[in-house]
Amino acid sequence: MGRFLLKRLGQTVITLFIVSIISFSLIQFIPGDPVYTMMGTDITPEYHDQIYEEMGLNKPVYEQYISWLVNLFQGDMGYSYYLRADVSTVIAKRLPTTLCLGVTSAIVSVIIGIAFGVVSAVKRQTLLDRTITIFANIGVAMPSFWLVTVMVLIFSINLGWLPATGYTLPWVDLAASLRQSILPVFCMSLGGIASYTRQTRSSMLEVINQDYIRTARSKGLKEGQVISRHAIKNGLIPILTLAGTTLRGCIGGSAIIETMFNIVGMGQVMVTAVNKCDYQLLQSSLFFMAAITCGCNLLVDIAYGIADPRVRLE
Amino acid sequence: MKKAKRFCKILFRGWLVRISVLIILFFFLCAVASPLIATHDPNATDLYNKLASPSREHLLGCDQLGRDVFSRIVYGARVAFLVGILSVVVAMIVGCAVGLIAGYFGGWIDSVLMRIIDAQTAIPSMILAMAIVAVLGRSVVMLILILGFSNIPGFARMMRGQVMTVREMDYVAASKIRGNSSFVTMMKHVFPNCVSPIIVVMTQSIGGSILAEAGLSFLGVGIEPPTASWGAMVSAGFSNLTDAPVFALAPGVAIILLVLAFNIFGDALRDALDPRIRSMD
Repeated sequence: MGRFLLKRLGQTVITLFIVSIISFSLIQFIPGDPVYTMMGTDITPEYHDQIYEEMGLNKPVYEQYISWLVNLFQGDMGYSYYLRADVSTVIAKRLPTTLCLGVTSAIVSVIIGIAFGVVSAVKRQTLLDRTITIFANIGVAMPSFWLVTVMVLIFSINLGWLPATGYTLPWVDLAASLRQSILPVFCMSLGGIASYTRQTRSSMLEVINQDYIRTARSKGLKEGQVISRHAIKNGLIPILTLAGTTLRGCIGGSAIIETMFNIVGMGQVMVTAVNKCDYQLLQSSLFFMAAITCGCNLLVDIAYGIADPRVRLE
Repeated sequence: MKKAKRFCKILFRGWLVRISVLIILFFFLCAVASPLIATHDPNATDLYNKLASPSREHLLGCDQLGRDVFSRIVYGARVAFLVGILSVVVAMIVGCAVGLIAGYFGGWIDSVLMRIIDAQTAIPSMILAMAIVAVLGRSVVMLILILGFSNIPGFARMMRGQVMTVREMDYVAASKIRGNSSFVTMMKHVFPNCVSPIIVVMTQSIGGSILAEAGLSFLGVGIEPPTASWGAMVSAGFSNLTDAPVFALAPGVAIILLVLAFNIFGDALRDALDPRIRSMD
């Protein structure tokens, strides 16, 4: 187990290194002068030179990269010229919103998706299974922005039950937070629910055909016990790999959901950074979100190693 | 011939698959023969009919510039097919090459290539795509390349896994003993044995690619206006949701139908090609 952990940790560090190069390189490909692109061309040449120097653009590329990386590890992620704040302050203020929505959606997807998947596999080839499968297929094919459109149309515009914009953190005002969470969380998790349902179903079907399930049945266990004690335990192991994907999906999907619901979170920050050409904000937040994803993937890998000892020997 | 007939019989066993193929063919027809099917010029603006409701003249109403929504959906199929299929082809070529090399050689080459793939998976692809468009400008080719690159990991991982199993087979050893170069062995003996999973992953990726294109167009970094794109249409419709709900909803239905059809067809293809799953389900 120790070797396995060390190897995975090393891999994550290398991955992060590559991620940092990709995030940093983006700024190098901007055609023209980055300061003018960012601030507009109607600034004075003195001000231009001042910012140029502040951003360290006068230094060679490798020096810029190293100083960016060193500063990053010291908690200094640069300065956002559009939002007029330190990038680290911006992230600290907006990350909780994205994480709250993302983690809630991930939990909702996992619980409901696995439940549907298990039911669908156990009752396979029945009307229930067919209905669940069709809905899961539609869920995978539905663009989240379209789902938001439909939901806002029904519940905000026509019925007026739920707010269509804004988000309050749960520790600020729990009741408001819950009301504002329902639509975004539902829209974010539906795709996840659908893919968990599909994966769980096929993984459970694979397990149900194994010899040890036949053995469990032939030794006289009730069907419920066979499913809960033997099938689910083994059937859910492959589902673990999906967990990393789900969180990544929630972080990526937050760009669309936060923009549509006008929620001030990381997704919206990154969209702003792209649209306003705010390069330090862009490269640091891109790296930061990717680092979170890498961390989650590492945790998932470790969990996988614990759940399935064969993985460790690979 | 007989084998192909049997394969088709298994593939088209379910009614869902048959409907899916019909839907794909229908949208393909829309894409190829758009001028014949569309009732109006998709880019002709008519300010008297801004956000008009569906009528006999405009089957699905008009958008914020008075353009006919039905005709724009028909023309939008072109973008969906072009971007959806070509980006998957790009992903297939690069991803399979990476997976083939990583799986065949193993060792440090494998480690380096797979870490790069990991890194690519870790960066939120939507944001990266937006950033690349912001930096390099937008065009159809750009969109195909960006979506293609975000699909690479799936192909690379699948190919690597396939190659690692095939690599241990006797016929690969025989080819090496015969004195064939690595390249010849890979192309002649390893690659052909990985073809059917490649086809399956390709069909299954097209749906995702169409969705991703719609998402990018929705965020305003996809196809350049005024070219009709389903994602951009939903986006414009969302801004005018109270006035013209049909305009926002109709293009989304087209996206769902086409993606759903490709996904179901992809699953059926997988089941037909993999006898192990066929017997099980």
